[in-house]
Amino acid sequence: MITLTQVLILAAILFSISVAGIFLNRKNLIILLMAIELMLLSVNMNFIAFSYFMDDLAGQVFVFFILTVAAAEAAIGLAILVVLFRNKRTINVDDLNEMKG
Amino acid sequence: MTGVQILFYAFATMMVLSALMVITVRNPVRSALFLVLTFVSCSAIWLIMQAEFLAIVLVLVYVGAVMVLFLFVVMMLDINIARLKEGFISYLPVGIGIAGLFGGMLAYLLYHMDASDVKTKMRSLYPPASKPADYSNTEELGEVLYTVYVYPFEIAAVILLVAIVAAIALTFRRRSNTKYQNPDVQVAVKRDDRVRVVKMDSEDKK
Repeated sequence: MITLTQVLILAAILFSISVAGIFLNRKNLIILLMAIELMLLSVNMNFIAFSYFMDDLAGQVFVFFILTVAAAEAAIGLAILVVLFRNKRTINVDDLNEMKG
Repeated sequence: MTGVQILFYAFATMMVLSALMVITVRNPVRSALFLVLTFVSCSAIWLIMQAEFLAIVLVLVYVGAVMVLFLFVVMMLDINIARLKEGFISYLPVGIGIAGLFGGMLAYLLYHMDASDVKTKMRSLYPPASKPADYSNTEELGEVLYTVYVYPFEIAAVILLVAIVAAIALTFRRRSNTKYQNPDVQVAVKRDDRVRVVKMDSEDKK
């Protein structure tokens, strides 16, 4: 039997790892996208845990919609990445300083 | 320790280790493959929490479609890994510091979570009694999805359509040296544009 706290701690660990991943791979756009996917996964895990322990299906419905939006986000993000690479021959974040932001 | 707990700890360990590998390995292809392992072990944990439909959707949609898309893109791009990894060591203390701070705060909150307070709001910290054998998670989910949540469901469909159109519109390109047909000119053509009747005398046969 698993308790709610165990699942929440697991999701917290996963979220911390993906935050660290964003800081460590600040140059590689692909790994940044993967770290965002990991974050969404840990949030989904919390939703499922609360849905299970409260015996309420609303959490699972919400995870369903998050998965939909995350898939759309990944597809558009990768399309932008491909266009970027085609135009600039690089995906290094440091080289993307056209707008001097 | 029951069998379910052993399974939970095994998959949780696998998930954390493979997530660590995702952010530390040099090669983006390996990183994507470790992300697949993370998703698969996460879906096993979702199965333990009796969310069968979402566990299967995670494997089918994420591992089957999104991660394959990632792998395609990673393999298509000819990137210089050495340049992308420079600065990894110098960012390491900051990354570990931020992650530690964040994880520490979350662990503090979870550790001091007042069980009695949670119990009144949440019924229980412990899982509810398991469902009967003929209970179908997919069926229950479908029943609320097509009735209570039908408008969000339609909006999700529109978001997916927008994603398809946007992805194609972004990556589509016309090559200058490819020849295309021009259908409206083809359809509008008249007989007189193509056929010319030439009047000429018949020749004598010798």
